[in-house]
Amino acid sequence: MTLPLFFFYIFSAIAVASALMVIASRNPVHSVLFLILTFVNAAGLFMLAGAEFLALILIVVYVGAVAVLFLFVTMMLDVDFASLKQGMLQYAPIGVVVGAIMLIELLLVGGSYVLAPEVASQAVVPIDAGIDNTRALGQLLYTRYVFLFQGAGAVLLVAMIGAIVLTLRHKSGVKRQDIFKQSNRTRAQATELVKVKSGQGL
Amino acid sequence: MDFIVSALDYLLGIPVFGWGDQIGFVYKGLLFLVALLILTAYILLADRKIWAAVQVRRGPNVVGPFGLLQSFADLLKFVFKEPVIPASSDKVVFLLAPLVTSVLALSAWVVIPIDAGWALADINVGVLYIFAISSLGVYGIIMAGWSSNSKYAFLGALRSAAQMVSYEVSIGFVIITVLLVVGSLNLTDIVVAQQQMGLAYALGVPWLSFLNWFWLPLFPMFVIFFISALAETNRPPFDLVEAESELVAGFMVEYSSTPYLLFMLGEYVAIQLMCAMTTILFLGGWASPIDTPLLNWVPGSIWFVLKLCLVFFMFAMVKAFVPRYRYDQLMRIGWKVFLPISLVMVIAVAAILQFTGWGWHGGAV
Repeated sequence: MTLPLFFFYIFSAIAVASALMVIASRNPVHSVLFLILTFVNAAGLFMLAGAEFLALILIVVYVGAVAVLFLFVTMMLDVDFASLKQGMLQYAPIGVVVGAIMLIELLLVGGSYVLAPEVASQAVVPIDAGIDNTRALGQLLYTRYVFLFQGAGAVLLVAMIGAIVLTLRHKSGVKRQDIFKQSNRTRAQATELVKVKSGQGL
Repeated sequence: MDFIVSALDYLLGIPVFGWGDQIGFVYKGLLFLVALLILTAYILLADRKIWAAVQVRRGPNVVGPFGLLQSFADLLKFVFKEPVIPASSDKVVFLLAPLVTSVLALSAWVVIPIDAGWALADINVGVLYIFAISSLGVYGIIMAGWSSNSKYAFLGALRSAAQMVSYEVSIGFVIITVLLVVGSLNLTDIVVAQQQMGLAYALGVPWLSFLNWFWLPLFPMFVIFFISALAETNRPPFDLVEAESELVAGFMVEYSSTPYLLFMLGEYVAIQLMCAMTTILFLGGWASPIDTPLLNWVPGSIWFVLKLCLVFFMFAMVKAFVPRYRYDQLMRIGWKVFLPISLVMVIAVAAILQFTGWGWHGGAV
């Protein structure tokens, strides 16, 4: 057994076990924490496969940002998971079908590389082993797929603006801070010198 | 069998067949760790001393000459105290949180090049690795805040989650501008690029190598990175996570003894990491500031630590004389000021590099 194979078994065993615990644990916060463990181990597997850029982006994007928001939400919601799990048998068949389809697809993709190793060279853009994969991804995304890439970015931007607009409310009667106005306020606008006669007040 | 042999040789340097060809990785790592922890002890002391000096106090001065052994006395004090675990806390997560914080903070150091070729792991995606590890740092705080089962801890954790995620965005953009100029994600390459090109060469005074470093051409990004690093490590004036006037001690309220020590350790190691990143990205890493034989004779690692300490001095001074921000102001400066500025800078730097052909192309000026 070689060192990479050893690490492969460690990472995949922990990934599978923690993926199971995501479903099995009773506390939703524990579920999310196990989900994070699964992500980290998946990143380890990417790293072993030589896709170091993908591995670290997985950690930055999914673990560092998306899962933080998951955790944020599950911590704030007081969900009673026991009652949620009551309808589980009802939905189980659909879940099994979806899971089976995904498994078959994964097997087909992975199996084709094992059964027919020449598949890799038949890809639209063959894999070049000579350059590191950050450079390889960049050269592909910004040349061949530049419009698709920019299009995906535009879709995400629109979705983000949509989400912000949906939650943005301007209530009347709420005082808001305007930093620009505050900074531009001069002494003359802010103060007034009044001569007060003694015994009279203002 | 083959695996055990190679693992022994790589990790411990135990030669199974003939002589081992390298010093074991474990020894190097341990040596590095000890050096880092001793540096941490003195950085902590320096933080308190500088803070005290600004307020015309003496600071810790009882343990050892000038209080030099104060941090070690504190260490012993923390270790020998009784750890108190709240009865209604989630005990596993409660004890896991400080471990996560300190282990993540320490593990980022594996790619930091202290001198030419001194990085424990000189990987191709070093910057991305550090960015990924520092983005995980928020978990220690969230886990601590949630598992303590206490209002103050929870509020502190919520604040920190929002704060750290916000400032990571601008840190990411700052790193991207440096990467655009260098054209590599390797930290050693970033330092080497600052020795081989830059303003000093452009001005015709190549011996003034401190002009070469990226702090000058990318000055706005240097400032943004410094302030974002303060926010990312929860340093004052952005320490709303543990704002003692509002939240007692934030997510750390329920912690005592060794778990608390681990939080403090993680925090200060993360601060030093940010100082090291500033040194590497903007201050030329291990390079000497002026290219003369006398200064070049000083080892690169000494220059690196000196620069790290200089950046930390700025961190400490900011802590000493800037009042704490209000939370909405913190969010405003992150999203409405730093994000647009850094985004525009990324585009501007990319455009300038594209149209002028400047930038480091792997070696020649």
